[in-house]
Amino acid sequence: MIDIAPILARFPSLAHDPAANALIVPAHLALEVARYLRDNPAYLLDYASNVTGVDYLATEKKSKVKQADGVYKEIVTKTEAGMEVVYHLYSMHLGHGPLVLKQRTSREKPVVTSLTPVYRGAEFQEREVFDLFGIHFDGHPDLRRILMWDEFKDYPMRKDYIAPDDFQYEPTPHGDVLAEAQKYYGLPEEKK
Amino acid sequence: MTNPPTPTVPIPGVHEGLRSELQKAGIFVVSTEFLYNWGRKNSIWPLGFGIACCAIEMICTAASRFDLARFGAEVFRPSPRQADLMIVAGTVTKKMAPQVVRLYNQMPEPKYVIAMGACAISGGPFKQGYNVLKGVDRYIPVDVHIPGCPPRPEALLHALITLQRKIETQRTLGSAERRNNPAYSDDSRDFPVPQYGEHDLVPAYNRDVWKARPVTRES
Amino acid sequence: MSVPDSTSSPAIAPREYEVYSGDDLGTNVLEVSMGPQHPSTHGVFRMNVTLDGETVVKLKPVFGYLHRNHEKLGEGMTYLGSMPYTDRLDYFCSMTNNWAYALTAEKLAGIAVPERAEYIRVIMAELTRLQNHASLMGFLTNDLGASGTPLLYAMREREHILDLFEWVSGARMMCNYMRFGGVRNDLPEGWLEQCKKVVDAFPAFLDEFDALLTGNEIIQARCQNVGILPRDLAINASITGPCLRASGVNYDIRKVDKYGIYDRFNFQVPLGEVGDCYDRFMLRLLEMRESVKILKQALSQIPASGPTLDAKSRNFRPKPGEAYGRIESPKGELGFYLISDGGPKPYRYRIRPPSFINLTVLEDMCLGQKIADTVIILGSIDIVLGEVDR
Repeated sequence: MIDIAPILARFPSLAHDPAANALIVPAHLALEVARYLRDNPAYLLDYASNVTGVDYLATEKKSKVKQADGVYKEIVTKTEAGMEVVYHLYSMHLGHGPLVLKQRTSREKPVVTSLTPVYRGAEFQEREVFDLFGIHFDGHPDLRRILMWDEFKDYPMRKDYIAPDDFQYEPTPHGDVLAEAQKYYGLPEEKK
Repeated sequence: MTNPPTPTVPIPGVHEGLRSELQKAGIFVVSTEFLYNWGRKNSIWPLGFGIACCAIEMICTAASRFDLARFGAEVFRPSPRQADLMIVAGTVTKKMAPQVVRLYNQMPEPKYVIAMGACAISGGPFKQGYNVLKGVDRYIPVDVHIPGCPPRPEALLHALITLQRKIETQRTLGSAERRNNPAYSDDSRDFPVPQYGEHDLVPAYNRDVWKARPVTRES
Repeated sequence: MSVPDSTSSPAIAPREYEVYSGDDLGTNVLEVSMGPQHPSTHGVFRMNVTLDGETVVKLKPVFGYLHRNHEKLGEGMTYLGSMPYTDRLDYFCSMTNNWAYALTAEKLAGIAVPERAEYIRVIMAELTRLQNHASLMGFLTNDLGASGTPLLYAMREREHILDLFEWVSGARMMCNYMRFGGVRNDLPEGWLEQCKKVVDAFPAFLDEFDALLTGNEIIQARCQNVGILPRDLAINASITGPCLRASGVNYDIRKVDKYGIYDRFNFQVPLGEVGDCYDRFMLRLLEMRESVKILKQALSQIPASGPTLDAKSRNFRPKPGEAYGRIESPKGELGFYLISDGGPKPYRYRIRPPSFINLTVLEDMCLGQKIADTVIILGSIDIVLGEVDR
């Protein structure tokens, strides 16, 4: 486990995500923090193993909690919508890791800073995040779609993505598939 | 000739007794159609075209233990211009589908397609994927389907033998349904190549290749 | 009939051939699209290569022809439901893929693995490494023009290992054998004995392969000093697996993380010096010898009986949180990143594919080389498209 307290002391504007033991980096500091982590002899995190995006929709969860007096009270927990880009950094020289870096951004205009200038290994993975999540990476040398074709407009890994209506005929369609089949082929309603 | 053709189909206009008499003297009377098919079925040249997991089983079939060469189909050609058989070995994605159709169009007639594995048949386990084509028979006609994920090499051998049986009964002028289908008149034998669209392939499937059976459900 | 008079017939004047000096011979820049249907791209991979004459001046890989939406599907099904899909990632190495996923889920939920199951996992992973590296060497020599023969040798050995997999899991390639907290079923009777036979016979195959190939003049001429990957670039570009170690970086996750029970085995990590195709080729051979060592130790140490599965894999609901687990797959670091929201399905299911990330440096390795060498460089990286595009 890497002790992240000195990093937090060095960069006071970083936030800490205790659940994942992750550093949350603001976009304008990302490159500086990454360079510091890579070059500082105490960390030497020279290897960006995994880069990925996460899409969070706004959620509202209701749960009933029993109070001390025996009465159930409804508690609503809300989470905000947003997107994250997660970096897992390791050190090949010192053999330690991982240190988790996160950049947070909004769902409406998702922009983060690319770490490809520091870690070349992030190049394709950031392109993949751009392709599938639609998160723009400032400073990426070659930000194009990588897995889907260039004409594709959607961002399929987002949680609210709706797949194209190209269901397959099934031998015994039922439920949603049957409804869709009838819509697709313009077939009459099923016999009563 | 080590393996003489033994015609079983009677030829109209040729007396069967005369034919068997001639056969005893080493003279074989067969139709050109029979000769064509005999040659075709025993020297199928597949297109060396591996897409996904099934391709490895296809390689195993051609390799030491299973030895596809026993059935005359070991000559994997890298170019579609030299191939008779396309073994669609793996998941055809929407990004790959135009290339598959183009390769099929580039193959010379007569040409055959084996859809190897669940993915090539229907999308298989990846059917719900946004980038997965739900069966290669949405765009090109398939002669033999092999179920399995992936099918064993023996299954591919069986499919090949099934295809050979199919070729045996083939008319040299091409299959009647193809001939009579106005969509594939002699002017254009090519199957339409789908285009990349904004959300999906355009068109999503070729209705002339594959028509779904009407959806009915017993209540 | 008159005989021509040789003295009177005119002698044929020697022709004046103009010898072309080639000084003003220019080269044209040519763009070649290799793939997605190309016999040497190991699947549906595509490279847009810009050539000056025969020399590569630019190379852009194009991915996605086998993008099967594994991550999206994984987020729509239960944790256990994704296990058969991991088989189809790197379809040569289904056992190691299973293990990487099981390892991450165990990390997420805090499940311990019984000792016998740990041994079984190591045995399966090392058998997978053997068959993967053997086939890779076959395919690489195939790319070099040794059309098929070494591949047939490799495939012959691979079949013996696939038989073992089939016996234990029911499938040759798509084993789907590991579970969260162990393996699906115990080894069948007689399996270990057969495995010992296969492992004992394997070094003979390696010696045969070694004698046939490594001294071969063509292989040396075409592989040595081709596609050199410098050490610093390899680290910075997150290259893992044999490609990294061929560049001389001692980083093997079996040694670094000591996941499973790898700290119990005595084995070495072979390292390359130059980082060219020949080093990557030889490194696989040496790694196979080390794998045989591990297998022999594991086969002699494995407990005779014991539980192989904590029956927790059904109805699997880890607490909210996230975990990143990784193993040394034959291709490199295979990682899984799971985020749980407490439900039966993972909220985020991410695969860190080694083949995909190892391709980052393909352009750097190919620049300045001849176009025929790109095929060998690609072959020496060892990619499997199911994992590249997922």
